[in-house]
Amino acid sequence: MRIVVLVKPVPDPASGAERLGPDGRLDRAASPAVVNGNDEYALEAALKLVEEHGGEVTLVSMAPANAPETMRKALAMGAQSGLHVTDTALEGSDTVSTARVLAAALEGLEFDLVLAGVDTSDGVAGVVPAGVAALRRLPYLSYAAKIEPDPGAGTVRVRRISATGYDILEAPMPALISCTQALGEPRYPSLKGIMAARSRTIDTRSLGDLGVDGSGTGGAVATTAVVDSRPPEARGATRVVRDGADEAARQVVDFLAERRLLRGFN
Amino acid sequence: MPMVTAPPTSPAYRLTDEQSMLRDAVRVLADEQIAPRAAEIDRTAEFPQDVRTLLASHDILALPFEERFGGIGGELLSLCLAIEQISRACATSGLILAVQELGALPIIIAGSQEQKQRWLPGLAAGQQLVAFALTEAEAGSDVAATRTRATRDGDSYVIDGAKRFISHGSVADLIAVFAVTDPEAPRHRSLSCFIVEVPTDGFSVPRIEHKMGIRGSPTAELAFNGVRVPAANLIGAEGDGFGIAMRTFERSRPGIAAQAVGIAQGALEVATRYAQERRQFGQRIGDLQMVGAMLADMDAATEAARQLLYKACVEIDGGSPDAGRWAAMCKLVAGDTAMRVTTDAVQVLGGYGYIDEFPVERMMRDAKITQLYEGTQQVQRLVIARALLGKDG
Repeated sequence: MRIVVLVKPVPDPASGAERLGPDGRLDRAASPAVVNGNDEYALEAALKLVEEHGGEVTLVSMAPANAPETMRKALAMGAQSGLHVTDTALEGSDTVSTARVLAAALEGLEFDLVLAGVDTSDGVAGVVPAGVAALRRLPYLSYAAKIEPDPGAGTVRVRRISATGYDILEAPMPALISCTQALGEPRYPSLKGIMAARSRTIDTRSLGDLGVDGSGTGGAVATTAVVDSRPPEARGATRVVRDGADEAARQVVDFLAERRLLRGFN
Repeated sequence: MPMVTAPPTSPAYRLTDEQSMLRDAVRVLADEQIAPRAAEIDRTAEFPQDVRTLLASHDILALPFEERFGGIGGELLSLCLAIEQISRACATSGLILAVQELGALPIIIAGSQEQKQRWLPGLAAGQQLVAFALTEAEAGSDVAATRTRATRDGDSYVIDGAKRFISHGSVADLIAVFAVTDPEAPRHRSLSCFIVEVPTDGFSVPRIEHKMGIRGSPTAELAFNGVRVPAANLIGAEGDGFGIAMRTFERSRPGIAAQAVGIAQGALEVATRYAQERRQFGQRIGDLQMVGAMLADMDAATEAARQLLYKACVEIDGGSPDAGRWAAMCKLVAGDTAMRVTTDAVQVLGGYGYIDEFPVERMMRDAKITQLYEGTQQVQRLVIARALLGKDG
């Protein structure tokens, strides 16, 4: 199977240094970049699928010029190659521009599945996968908790998380699937993977290379803008209970009961 | 005026992208998978087979070996980056990798192609562990005082004697044993090195030591009573043993320095976090100048030891004629730094540092060994002084 995984470098949430610049856009210099968490779940799912069915995984990313540094970790996890679209005309792009460019990047690739994280930890819009699917006219299977392709029949089944459990969806391939953490923990890159990633290529393209008109992308034509942002209010002091199990349980129950968070007690 | 030490022979180092990624990958693995085990490994004093399996499955035990033997390069700096990151979480676990290198070095340095092909792939895959058996009860720093004998008998050698303080001696599958083959030869030509595959007749482990630190790493006494080893297991030629051991230390001492830097870094991090959270006199204790100054000294000393270690790695890998001096200097500085920084970390935590609710008392106990093994700090100074002064006449 040939699987494309859409990946985005995002500020490392663990760094705690994520912030917006004065223009309301992400200050990318403020914190180190990592592969978006949900994209790593998508990549893990893709790697498991090619381990089972054969084939290879290609990364596609629309990101600033230094993105290959971040993409290399995804190569070390086991992806075979990467396609990186970067262009100064893309600065300040909204989700519409992003979906258009990613859809154009898929044009030259052969694939059975496109996998993407359900959303990204910086923008959190969660609409790019659906946008790419719509532009490419691909079946769109969202919120996947399980992915079961049948290469013989040319179809794929997905368990979609729902409010009450899950739905089972089936679509012909190629299809685009948005992926959740329910697919399973991403692997650590092995050291051999890191060394092997050295010889794998990330192909960098500009908008011109993709045949996309730059005037329709970027901040100037963005349909949304971030007008304000605030850090969450500090939480109250944490209360740590260090007594023995029985006493600790009693205190926790009392704490919850006092706030009427328990039924059937007191 | 001529300089008394030769200038460095290799260009200044800069970590490659792969080395940075490798370091970060090992750090995440150590934080998430090894750190939660560290206190229990120390308390139970049991060799952590689960950590050994984890290191093997992530190719970390392949680091000391060349690609053609199933390894991933054998670069000293990459190896030390990994030992440092593992030791930052758990010194016993970091030692698994350091000893895998130490025990394999005689084969890597002086083994024939056939011997390398025979043993290195299993070690690189982590399927087998290897130990390095040089020290004896009466032959520590004075290597030439070794008494264990190896006597040629047809196509094999028969080994008789005992070794002491052998890391992994009870869990290893291969043991590089140094024994006297010619008691009449000059001191430095009397020893030879053999690979003993265990278990085998006449080999036993009479005792595992009860230790202050690195408690999960089994330190064994080994007994050899008529242990028969094929002549094909002789590494190098008869009489090469002393030279092999010395060249081994040129590459293994940086591994211990890396363990020491990792321990120091781990203690610095715990102490710093504590100094941010603990409040006395209405302020963070780190904002009390006497505590802040301790943290600053700990940080500067740890970084200085790290930079010397990394530079030593590149010098040694680059074939410096001064390799022995670089190896001794980095272990000397890193070992003393680890001891001082961990002791100060306990001080920063006060009473909490002295109990096992926090990891710094363990780190302090673990740090001590880095001043003792693979040559005491006094031996390191001896090596450096000899390099400085040259021979008399």
